[in-house]
Amino acid sequence: MLLIHCPYCAEERPEIEFRHAGEAHIARPDAMADLSEEAFQGYFFIRDNRKGEVFERWRHIHGCGRFFNAVRNTITDKFLATYEAGKPKPDLDALKAQKGTSA
Amino acid sequence: MRKYSVFAIAREAMRGHNGWEKQWSSPEPRSSYDVVIVGAGGHGLGTAYYLAREHGIRNVAVIEKGWLGGGNTGRNTTIIRSNYLYDESAGLYNHALNLWQDLSQELNYNVMYSARGVMMLQHNVHDVQSAKRHVHSNRLNGVDNEWLEPEEAKAFCPPLNISQSARYPVMGAALQRRGGVARHDAVAWGYARAASDMGVHIIQNCEVTGIRRGPNGEVKGVDTARGFIGAKKVGVVAAGHTSVLMDMAGVHMPLESFPLQALVSEPVKPIFPCVVMSNTVHAYISQSDKGELVIGAGTDQYTSYSQTGGLHIIQHTLDAICEMFPIFTRMKMLRSWGGIVDVTPDRSPILAKTPVKGLYVNCGWGTGGFKATPGSAHVFAHTIANDAPHKINENFTLERFRTGRLIDEAAAAAVAH
Repeated sequence: MLLIHCPYCAEERPEIEFRHAGEAHIARPDAMADLSEEAFQGYFFIRDNRKGEVFERWRHIHGCGRFFNAVRNTITDKFLATYEAGKPKPDLDALKAQKGTSA
Repeated sequence: MRKYSVFAIAREAMRGHNGWEKQWSSPEPRSSYDVVIVGAGGHGLGTAYYLAREHGIRNVAVIEKGWLGGGNTGRNTTIIRSNYLYDESAGLYNHALNLWQDLSQELNYNVMYSARGVMMLQHNVHDVQSAKRHVHSNRLNGVDNEWLEPEEAKAFCPPLNISQSARYPVMGAALQRRGGVARHDAVAWGYARAASDMGVHIIQNCEVTGIRRGPNGEVKGVDTARGFIGAKKVGVVAAGHTSVLMDMAGVHMPLESFPLQALVSEPVKPIFPCVVMSNTVHAYISQSDKGELVIGAGTDQYTSYSQTGGLHIIQHTLDAICEMFPIFTRMKMLRSWGGIVDVTPDRSPILAKTPVKGLYVNCGWGTGGFKATPGSAHVFAHTIANDAPHKINENFTLERFRTGRLIDEAAAAAVAH
């Protein structure tokens, strides 16, 4: 089970308190009706699914209930950082240097 | 290739079993092939087999980063069934089920297909309505499926607890009698042996690190741990790693890869006569011929390539197993493991051409690809050989996520499968 740091509660809590909520930093387009099929597919269906560091959303459903973002390595399942929703993507290289993890 | 038969066993018994041949050869790779298949699981090896057998394309290599059948082929719970709701799925999975019937004879290899019946339990009113709809829809599609009342389910599977005081009481079950199990390793080995016999090269321990494209965008071959291997056509059959490989060719996939865990108990004498599944409480169970209870859990919630998952997922499944089969509450579990499953948004596979000329993809089987192995391999070989899909897989395209023509088994079953 993962241990996840909720940036709002400022606590590390077990995974069963959280719900994974997919890839992060996907903004819903403003004019959905004007979107081309291609663009809609990109927004709605295509996912990064990277082997390595991913940006993803979590929700602290059995805690504060709020969504936040995380950087996690999908080979080791280790978190590099969690941060509040709406904040920009953290710098990956700096994070990796800080955590001492390989790419 | 020397055929396996009762005479071969007798002959070898007389001379100390020193005359068995290697089942497949491990040749040096050629500089190029007509077709390169990436991934030596059941689907990939089967594709190579049908390319050679049905389409006369024998200049084929199957390239595998690990060992043959060491991915999801060797990690699944070996359940075979075809009772899917939609016409497209019923066609595809039933095609596979038909091929399972005499696969052992065709490959001269005992894949131990055992049609012991797959019983899917229903625990509430909505379950019952939905399962009955499945039964009717299946029967209209020529797929065998029947409704059992709780007492009939109990008669079919005596360890089942049908007490109304259970947390989620059994209100009935859908039974597909032609469903069952097969020996997963044997499927990979049998296809490998038969394909190798027809000249297919099986190259293990050779990771593909790039997919090379020519000036017009067409596929030229693959970069591997053992150098560049040219190919007129490349078929990616890489399950959980499909996104990683397709990214190499510049094709971004509508896939997410999740860990899926399974576990087995200590071996016991025959106690469990069939396969039982429950989508509602989420558990799958059967007994292997070795005597172990084979139990499947649900996926972990996060994407991962780690081939491992959380213990709480297994625990949740065992809670359900113990509730449905109190007889097993004191069984000891022997080992558990994880595989990485590639899940599409509509929970249906992609078996298709791609926007890249000469590149084909067979992926998105999610948590239930094993059952489809022969059918998937058969129609994928057709797709590669003819550069056009078989009638059976023509709707399992990559474009459906652009056009919206989904095959929404996710909505039909309400679980990944």
